[in-house]
Amino acid sequence: MIAGLTATERQIGLVLAGLVTLMGAALGIAGRNDVLGYQGLLIVVFGALVMIALLRNLDAPEPDESRLAEYYDDPIRFGIVLTMLWAIFGMFVGLWVAALLAWPELTFDAAWASFGRLRPAHTTGVIFGFGGNALIATSLHVVQRTSRARLPDQVSPWFVLLGYNLFCLLAVTGYFAGITQSKEYAEPEWYADLWLVIVWVAYFALYIRTLARRKEPHIYVANWYYMAFILVVAVLHIVNNLAVPVSFGSAKAYSAFSGVQDAMTQWWYGHNAVAFFLTAGFLGMMYYYLPKRAERPIYSYRLSIISFWGITFMYMWAGSHHLHYTALPHWVQTLGMTFSVVLLVPSWASAANALLTLNGAWHKVRDDATLRFMMVAAVFYGLSTFEGSFLAIRAVNSLSHYTDWTVGHVHAGALGWVAMITFGALYTLTPAMWKRARMYSNTLVEVHFWCAVIGTLIYVFAMWNSGIIQGLMWRTYNDSGTLTYSFIESLVAMHPYYIARTLGGLFFLAGAAVGTYNIFMTIRHEPLPLSRRAEALGTDRPLVPGE
Amino acid sequence: MMDIDHETLVALAKSWGLFYLIALSIGVLVYTFWPGNRKRFARAKLIVLDKEDRPWR
Repeated sequence: MIAGLTATERQIGLVLAGLVTLMGAALGIAGRNDVLGYQGLLIVVFGALVMIALLRNLDAPEPDESRLAEYYDDPIRFGIVLTMLWAIFGMFVGLWVAALLAWPELTFDAAWASFGRLRPAHTTGVIFGFGGNALIATSLHVVQRTSRARLPDQVSPWFVLLGYNLFCLLAVTGYFAGITQSKEYAEPEWYADLWLVIVWVAYFALYIRTLARRKEPHIYVANWYYMAFILVVAVLHIVNNLAVPVSFGSAKAYSAFSGVQDAMTQWWYGHNAVAFFLTAGFLGMMYYYLPKRAERPIYSYRLSIISFWGITFMYMWAGSHHLHYTALPHWVQTLGMTFSVVLLVPSWASAANALLTLNGAWHKVRDDATLRFMMVAAVFYGLSTFEGSFLAIRAVNSLSHYTDWTVGHVHAGALGWVAMITFGALYTLTPAMWKRARMYSNTLVEVHFWCAVIGTLIYVFAMWNSGIIQGLMWRTYNDSGTLTYSFIESLVAMHPYYIARTLGGLFFLAGAAVGTYNIFMTIRHEPLPLSRRAEALGTDRPLVPGE
Repeated sequence: MMDIDHETLVALAKSWGLFYLIALSIGVLVYTFWPGNRKRFARAKLIVLDKEDRPWR
């Protein structure tokens, strides 16, 4: 990978890694009396490792000019591996958290293993670690192919990928050490937030620069979704994390907002993180890999454009449905509720577009587990967006809010939609990136598929049951007008469902582990002999060497 | 600084907010169904399926 960089690029990389190391050292020294010191140390170690890797190959020969006639895929390959490592980590912590809720002693009396620290480690691990790396890797693949242009340089993709993973590492290690700004899905503190801004602007610039080099006159719709994801996440992240640190030597910062404004800003961020990180980005993935794998064009290109603008402009207003029955003005709640209901239209347009693309190719869905991953993802996308619109209605929310129904809903989206479409995309992308005919084992893809489906179903049904029972127990009154059940009674009623949920999570993690093994074995396999490559690529004419 | 009270915000949302979203929807529909765009959308659909895996120069 480093041998593919030119000498100048290696030097630039060395300077950048050096700057990061210095920044980490400064942070570590300023925060030496605070837990911040350890975060500085982590940055130093990370920067130093990158520097060592570069120094070891600094005088390697210049790469061949012929590389410019190919797409630049090294960072994508690295990103795929990182995606699977984060999947294992994030889902393992998720399983632990699920088990912890059923068996509270699993916290082992250790502060770092308490629920409040493990839970953000799970959400950050799966959303930002697994989801984010998958988005970066696939977006760099899709933008190059649909623009028919190579990435503009070989340094910035590495800066984005490694910088982003440094952010994820800072976040997760920080949680274990007790650092959090207590904003859901935005837990990292000021220094990590600032670093992510730099990385994200570089990502945005990289994407725009690649699009600017495009040879295709029209920008394919998947890129629109990826662009919306990058742009809006930047805006959300910057606004929601506006904060003033106690000092440059302290990990703690105080938000620029307070009270209900803070809550509204947080849920404007939180819901749009779902909308643009977990939806728009993955829709971009779907609009490329699903037609690619099915070998059929998207059912309606126009519909994909209409749903794009519908989703981008309506999601922005939906966040206040997280704050029903709070101090937030009633009309703002109603606004959020209304937009959430209308959102069903563009959401179902996308889901229908995906399923109609497969209409006529059901035999492929039957035979190909990879395509089936994407089909199930589209179904769950349709289901969870319907459920989301429904839960956003104030009267429904009065039953569901604070219960496990919300948790079930989130996981129908996260497991059923986000993870399934990602696995479908990765199983399409991995053989292509390492020039293999197919995955190492199709049987293992099947195994993964069924583990994932069974795990998701167990999880979601357990949480539906548990959430609705919980909601009903909390609002049942007796003849004298007081609550029939105490809180602890509702907790006892949840126990079997929490055990079931843990089992569902175990299935899902097992599937991901099988998938990781399969991907690593695909990578380790010898490259396909040239003679068989033509058949593998599906072209009916033999390829000639050097073509 | 002018005080933006609750009523002002509601009035803004109910008038300009509404107009802006309606204008936007019309704009998107016009763009999507503009006859001149038909060809480029028809082509865009197919570029994904192209097996060629090299940048154009």
